[in-house]
Amino acid sequence: MEWDWAFVWQIMPTLLEGLKITIIATVLGAIVAAVFGMVLAIARRSSNRLVSRSVGFAADFIRGTPLLVQLYFIFYVLPDIGIRLSPLTAGVIGLGIHYGTYAAEVYRAGIDNVPRGQWEAARAANLSMRQSWIHVVLPQAIPPMIPALANYFIAMFKETPLLSAITVLELMNQAKSIANSNYRYIEPITMVGVFFLVISLISVVALRWLEERYARVDER
Amino acid sequence: MIDWSGYIALILDGAWVTIKLTIMGSALALVVAFAAGLGRMSRFFAVRTLATVYIEFFRGTSIFVQLFWVYFVLPFAGITLTPLQAGVLALGLNVGAYGAEVVRGAVRAIGREQHEACVALNLGRYHRMRYIILPQALPLMLPTFGNNAIELLKGTAVVSLISLSDMTFQAQVVRAQTGNTLVPFATILVLYFAMAWAISAGVRWLERRATRGLDGVRV
Repeated sequence: MEWDWAFVWQIMPTLLEGLKITIIATVLGAIVAAVFGMVLAIARRSSNRLVSRSVGFAADFIRGTPLLVQLYFIFYVLPDIGIRLSPLTAGVIGLGIHYGTYAAEVYRAGIDNVPRGQWEAARAANLSMRQSWIHVVLPQAIPPMIPALANYFIAMFKETPLLSAITVLELMNQAKSIANSNYRYIEPITMVGVFFLVISLISVVALRWLEERYARVDER
Repeated sequence: MIDWSGYIALILDGAWVTIKLTIMGSALALVVAFAAGLGRMSRFFAVRTLATVYIEFFRGTSIFVQLFWVYFVLPFAGITLTPLQAGVLALGLNVGAYGAEVVRGAVRAIGREQHEACVALNLGRYHRMRYIILPQALPLMLPTFGNNAIELLKGTAVVSLISLSDMTFQAQVVRAQTGNTLVPFATILVLYFAMAWAISAGVRWLERRATRGLDGVRV
C-alpha cells in the first residue's frame, strides 16, 4: 500500500474537526486539574491527620492506576448511581482528576520550597493566614511551578487519545473511523502521529521559554 | 445473584497478561534507555542525531498513537506483529525514550573530577563508563526508573484497545457479560494499584542494594 496525498487532503477536514475536540478537552482538563490539584494540595496540608492521610492515599491510588480504567469507571460505573455524563464531560473530569493528583505534587513542592522565614516574617508583620498565603507565599511559590505544571499539561495533551475509548469524537477517534470505513490505516494514523508530534515539539519550545522566564527565582 | 468466581478467574488471567507485558516492556525499555541515553552522549554525530530523533519522536507522541501505528501501519510495511509483540514493542520504545533522558541526566550529574580521574588513571572509554561512572549514576536513576515502570504498567491498559486480553480488556468482557460495572472495574483498579505498589517496593529494595558501599561517597 502506498502513501496517497490526495487521500490525506480529503480526510484533513475531519481530522481538524477531531483536533478541535482534542484541544478543547486538553484545555478544560487542564483547568479542572489545576483547580482540583490545588484543593488536594491544601487538603494534604490539613492539620487533621485523618484528612491529610486519606487524601494522600487517594492521590497515590489515582496516580498508581491507569487513566483508561478511570475513564471507564467514570463513564460506565457512575451512571449506575444516577450520574449520567456526556462522553466529553466524563473525559474532562477523568483527565482533570488524574492530572490533578500530579499537579498537587507540583503545588506541594512549590509551597514547601518557600523558606520558613517567609512564613515567620508574615506572621511577625501581623498578616492573617489568608493574607500571608495571598501576598507572601503564593507569589513566591507559583512562578517556579509553572514549567512543571506546563510539562504535565503537555503530557495530558498526549493522553487525550484515550478519550476515544469512551466514544469522544476527538482526533484519534476520527482517524479510526476514517480508517475503518476506507480500509486505509497508514494515512489517518500517521497524520494523527504527525499532529501530536508537531504540537508537542512546539510546546517543548514554549516550555523552554517558560523555564527561562520563571524557573530561576533565586537569581532575581 | 451472579456467580463471580468464573469472572474473577477471567480477570486474573488478564492480570497475568498485564504482568507479562509490564515485565517484558520494562526489560525492552531498560535496554533501549541505556542505548539511547548513552547514544545521545556519543562522540559520533550520527549516533547522537539518531538517539535524539528517537527520543524526541517517542516522547512527542502518545503511547496510544504509537501502539496503533505499530499494530495497524507496520503490517503494510510487511511487518505483522501479534498484539502482544506490538504491545511490548510500543511500550518498551515509549518508556525507553523517557528512560534515556533519565540515563543521560544521571550520567551528566556525575562530576567532572570523576572523568578527569579516569583519564589520569588511563582508563579507556568503556572501562570509565562500566566501572566508574555507571556504578555511581545507577542509584540516581533508580527512583525515576521506578516511576517510569509504573507509567509503563499504566500504559499496558491501552493495549486492551488493540484486542489484547489484558486486565482492562477482561474487565470489559465481564462488564459485557454481566451488565455489572462496579465489580470488574473496582477489582482491576485495586489490582493495578497493588502492582504499582509492588513495583515501588521493589525499586526501594534495589535502591538500598545499589547504594550499599557508596555511603560517604555521595553527598
